[in-house]
Amino acid sequence: MYGKKVKLRALFIVLIFFSLVLTAFLVFKSLEENVVYFKSPSDVKNLTELKAKKIRVGGMVKENSVETFDNEIKFIITDFKNELFVSFVGSVPNLFEEGKGVVAEGFLEDKYYLKADKILAKHDENYMPPEVSEALKDKN
Amino acid sequence: MINQFGNYSLYIALLASVYLIYKSLFSLKFVEKSINNKIFSAISIQSLMILISFVSLIYAFIISDFSNETVFNNSHTAKPLLYKISGTWGNHEGSLLLWLLVLVIFLFIFLIKSTDQLNKYRLLTILFQEIIIFGFLLFILFTSNPFEYLFPIPNEGLGLNPILQDPALAIHPPILYLGYVGTSIIFSSALAALVCKNINPNWASHIRKWIIISWIFLTLGIMLGSIWAYYELGWGGFWFWDPVENVSLMPWFCLTALIHTVIVLQKRNLFHSWIIILSITTFSLSMSGTFLVRSGILNSIHTFANDPLRGVFILCFLFVLILSAIFIFFIFQKNLPSFSAKYFFISKEITILINNWFMMFFLSVVLIGTIYPIFLEVINGSKISIGPPFYHKLIIPFLIPFLLFMALGPKINWIKDKMKKFNYKQLLLFIISVLISYFIIDRSDRYFLFSIPLLALSFYLLFVTIRDFTLNGSSFSQKVSHFGFSLLILSILLNGIFSSEFSSNMKVGDERKFKNKIIKFEKIKVKNEKNFQSLIAEFKITDKETTLVLKPELRIFNQPKTITSEADIITTLYSDNFLVFNILKKDDYFNVRYQFKPLMIWIWLSVIMITLGGIISFLRSK
Repeated sequence: MYGKKVKLRALFIVLIFFSLVLTAFLVFKSLEENVVYFKSPSDVKNLTELKAKKIRVGGMVKENSVETFDNEIKFIITDFKNELFVSFVGSVPNLFEEGKGVVAEGFLEDKYYLKADKILAKHDENYMPPEVSEALKDKN
Repeated sequence: MINQFGNYSLYIALLASVYLIYKSLFSLKFVEKSINNKIFSAISIQSLMILISFVSLIYAFIISDFSNETVFNNSHTAKPLLYKISGTWGNHEGSLLLWLLVLVIFLFIFLIKSTDQLNKYRLLTILFQEIIIFGFLLFILFTSNPFEYLFPIPNEGLGLNPILQDPALAIHPPILYLGYVGTSIIFSSALAALVCKNINPNWASHIRKWIIISWIFLTLGIMLGSIWAYYELGWGGFWFWDPVENVSLMPWFCLTALIHTVIVLQKRNLFHSWIIILSITTFSLSMSGTFLVRSGILNSIHTFANDPLRGVFILCFLFVLILSAIFIFFIFQKNLPSFSAKYFFISKEITILINNWFMMFFLSVVLIGTIYPIFLEVINGSKISIGPPFYHKLIIPFLIPFLLFMALGPKINWIKDKMKKFNYKQLLLFIISVLISYFIIDRSDRYFLFSIPLLALSFYLLFVTIRDFTLNGSSFSQKVSHFGFSLLILSILLNGIFSSEFSSNMKVGDERKFKNKIIKFEKIKVKNEKNFQSLIAEFKITDKETTLVLKPELRIFNQPKTITSEADIITTLYSDNFLVFNILKKDDYFNVRYQFKPLMIWIWLSVIMITLGGIISFLRSK
């Protein structure tokens, strides 16, 4: 027979091990379900299949593309190569403006249309999503 | 002139730091002697120098000295005085100087307050603390010097980001930093105590004060940030699981675990190595918090500074610190007392251990959610973000056992206790809680899994913590904090269940129906203020009994050119009515968002109550 101390230690180790495994399992399962991928309009166009998962699309709000309706806002996100049409119901952040960077989160209806339920803009007024600044560099 | 003053004081502080590292290392051989007067004077000089340098930076901000680059980048002559002063720490350079200032002041206080401790232990703490100070000084002087010259001297500054021009945010960074930096003392002295075999109940009651102080400031700091985000960002919630918020929450979980565990060390002389590990982790998390926020690595909505070089420096510094801490831990681990204490399954030690397990679980969830996106981007370049559902799914179910243990734990005695305490009164309270929550959930239109057990247990915890005030047993401070916590959980849950939100695009004169309310956009007027132009709208919200008038505001700043929304919030003890509006483009439409948030104020009040428990405990500990 083992001593009491050893038994207690063993029990502790087993408990810790199981809680670690359980934690890891739960965390990664939940990660899988709740990860939101960030794409540019060009990435969206190159998608081979549309998943029924939330995504984020980042780019610039195209000049003169914002249309306002009673309950909806429509605009176009562009990375100066490809464009994505976005409709959005809800409130927009302060820095949402034509010609400025924006990130829209929601579900893709098809490769050209995103139904957004959240709009994010960076606090920094000079912020530009990295893809867009790269696209701009390519253009010049 | 004032620039040079500040700059040279920093160099003197750097010299003092080098001297102190050398001197404290050298003095270790003469353990018997009391702490050298030279060390005391050097630390005093160092604190004074950094204070001078910080004050001169504030002064440069007040007189708008644009020959200073930091002032030029972050200030403007038309800014109100309060925000000129708070602008000092509203930017990267100044905020690091503030970190450093708190670091040296804490060391100074430690030196004065620890005279009853072993000299070797004090010297070692000074040594470790000075190494951290040295690293920070190098970092400030060589990558983010707040006293850089600008020539020719510009006439006008670029201005402070208007969303930072806010009273809550003016005091948020200093308070938060007091909490963050306090953990450095815990880190240094835990290592020092380990090296000189000083981990005992006496040390526990000495370090406990530092743990409580850091915890109080960290809690308040997080709350202030959360209040600010609530009314200034216009998102209408109090927590968004944004990486920057998570980064402050992680050391909080650790400190909360530590604040409980250190009592076990104090009362029962147990958990020695666990306390060391927790101390190291807490400080590492505080440091990496600074690193993650400052480096621009986090894909956050509010990352303010971006500079890869700085990130690399902090990363290396952090790495060296953590590695050497782990190294010291393994080398001196044999110093830990190794006697076999008896554990019993029903005892306070075990309930505190259970608390720690939960804290570590919550910490791991938040940690993984925060760093996984960074990790994935490095591995395969895909950009992801992790939203609130991830955290909710992993944390909410585990709150149920957590609340149960929290209700039962504090009444259990040290060493060994019996099951007999769980009598019919407890059962009665429990049944009442279940009934109340069933009644509440039944009336709400939102049903989510776990809602009834979760709500029932929060009510149960509330009742139990109220009843505890009439019983003897654990300390008064514990009762206050736990009561505050039960109130917090309950307000968050009820707030989550009964909040409702409405958003729409409206023109002046428009009316919208929302549930049983009518929202009317009455009028809008323009006003010119000192450094911005303001659009003040007037909305009327009518339901059967009452009419509320809300006047949200849009501020259009010119320096720098930014628009901010100032939500109008009518707060009562029962609920908040929150309304914010925004310009969409140059047409007649305004984007309007109205939120009804029950019990919002109780979230802040209960956090204040939790902190109050800490304050009571601090004042009572001798």
